[in-house]
Amino acid sequence: MTALPREQIRQTLADARLQAAIYAATGRLMEHRRQVVAPEVLPDYQELREQARRIKEHTLENLDAYLEQFEARVRARGGQVIWAKDGAEVADFLLELARRSQARLLVKSKSMTTEEIGLRERLEAHHFEVVETDLGEYIIQLAHERPYHIVAPALHKTREEVGEIFSQRLGVERENAPERQTKIARAVLRQKFLAADIGITGANFLVADSGAVVLVENEGNARLTTSAPRIHVAVAGIEKLIPRAQDLAVFLKLLGRSATGQPLTVYTSVLSGPRREGEWDGPEQFYVVLLDNGRSRVLADRDKRQTLYCIRCGACLNHCPVYRRIGGHNYPWVYSGPIGKIASPQFQGLTQDPWLPFASSLCGACAEVCPVKIEIPRLLLELRAEVVKTQAREKQRRAERWAFKLWAWVMCRPRVYEALSLAAGLLAGEGDSQGWLRRLPGLLNAGPLRAWMDYRDLPAPGRSFRALWRARTARVRE
Amino acid sequence: MISRDHILNKVRTALGRSSSREPAPAPPARLAIPEWGPEERWRRFACALEKLGGKAVLAGDGAEARQYVAQLTCGRPAVASLSPFLESCGIDELPGVRRRFRDAAELRAACAAAEFGITGADYALAETGTLALFSSREEARLISLLPPVHVALLPASRLLTGLDELLGLVPDPAGISSALVLITGPSRTADIEQILVRGVHGPGEIHVIVVNEREETGS
Repeated sequence: MTALPREQIRQTLADARLQAAIYAATGRLMEHRRQVVAPEVLPDYQELREQARRIKEHTLENLDAYLEQFEARVRARGGQVIWAKDGAEVADFLLELARRSQARLLVKSKSMTTEEIGLRERLEAHHFEVVETDLGEYIIQLAHERPYHIVAPALHKTREEVGEIFSQRLGVERENAPERQTKIARAVLRQKFLAADIGITGANFLVADSGAVVLVENEGNARLTTSAPRIHVAVAGIEKLIPRAQDLAVFLKLLGRSATGQPLTVYTSVLSGPRREGEWDGPEQFYVVLLDNGRSRVLADRDKRQTLYCIRCGACLNHCPVYRRIGGHNYPWVYSGPIGKIASPQFQGLTQDPWLPFASSLCGACAEVCPVKIEIPRLLLELRAEVVKTQAREKQRRAERWAFKLWAWVMCRPRVYEALSLAAGLLAGEGDSQGWLRRLPGLLNAGPLRAWMDYRDLPAPGRSFRALWRARTARVRE
Repeated sequence: MISRDHILNKVRTALGRSSSREPAPAPPARLAIPEWGPEERWRRFACALEKLGGKAVLAGDGAEARQYVAQLTCGRPAVASLSPFLESCGIDELPGVRRRFRDAAELRAACAAAEFGITGADYALAETGTLALFSSREEARLISLLPPVHVALLPASRLLTGLDELLGLVPDPAGISSALVLITGPSRTADIEQILVRGVHGPGEIHVIVVNEREETGS
């Protein structure tokens, strides 16, 4: 169980440079979004949100059938589907695949799902070279940090810091202009792409009726990851399904707009199976790993399962007054901001970070901008109630534990026990056996117990067994 | 296999049923297709693409398109796809353009060294300034990806209104190819201090030449 990281938060708040960086970046993302969802630009924005929510609701309600359909369609296109209960199973599969195909170098495009299970670290522990290829993610990998934001992982890094990281870790001349820094990364990563054996991606959507993995990006690194290496492995949570390719018309429009204010991101890849007969390039092997890792547990709660509608656009982070002050590293899990506040307790258990659902002003901005209309503030209240209930149960259990401890202590000490029963006998008074408990002062006569006591009582204790025994042995001795 | 059944069982239990069943009908797909004539489409396409830093060119015929490409490449190394449309515009005859390769490795090496990648496009989307490319025996994925400049040619009849119309025409992209890619402007990033930089891993420059019908009916 963790506690609210007060000291760490104080440090973030005191760091003027960091404060300015978070505020500027999220502010710009807010403004970009606002421009492309404005009624004069996108008059049917609200209908799109409603449709997206309906489709997600329907898909989850029929998730087993859509998972099976997806699996069958991927197989029909020559791909394979692997099911994984948790991160360890994903890593096991990839390690086995890498060994079997004598792979040395793996390239990765940005994926929160693989961050969630620490996939890169798991593979690196077995001495495979795994390279992040999204620019922000690459910076974070070189800095040994975790993503600061769902869509902008290096949001907190200044160009000077990036220059420092590149010169230290890549041994290049120190360069502070983002344009030149991008060129450096392009050159290094281009060689990695062309030499890599396996490309690992996440998935923004899994299309059940096509057996397709859909990837959305701006840099071209996901395209390269899925086109250059001979093996492509997509790792996706089971909640990523949508029924039809046609539903992309709704989701792609919402995702780009909500995330970065783009009507469509630069590249959208719809990938189904390995390269086909006659095609020039693309992977020879195509795998989709379907990851549970707690999702089926979240699914069981009919109300809170809407957490799984999330398409990872990050809009709730940008609009959250708490995130905008404390940034992305003060949240306990890889998913930060409002969505992290409702996802973490459900995925990781309520007692892990009981303070988390309370760290919100409930202003409602997150729900207002969520493209799939997740009722984040209401779910936060639900989770708060659950935390309180759990803690109350915990308190009750504590009181009970103390009562039994006290009882055991008394029972192990004959003199104390005797003294106490003597006291009870005295309190009851001689000869008057009725109503003695009622005459006791304090607890037993107060509150709800009183009503019960009006009708019930115990006979007053007579002489104790010990007293009787002592009298008897004395008699025998005589 | 064990995990498969385990996960499916957990999902079913969570949904309150014990065995698989046909999904209830999904809410009807939502495709909104505006009625825009050819000029409106072109106007919107050019506007959307140029806003992203791409270049949109309207060519009267194939010869005009070829001339534009010739002036752009100036004989520098370019890789062109095997698209019949490129051929009909005479792109293959331009100096510096290479389009025949023994195998995938040779194609990849050529793309990595070329300054221009020239492709056809199956469709373009007016609303967003987007190209839609299906990979095939005529169109390799890497030609529009590795060179720093991407040049795409397509007949004006392939200029659709938007994504909704495309998905109406092609409800199952997987039925056509292993990869459909939608390309909306030059490759970009804003990962460092939110400063826009073009040309990260994909081409930093994109030229789309929409060729009017005359040539298409003539060839």
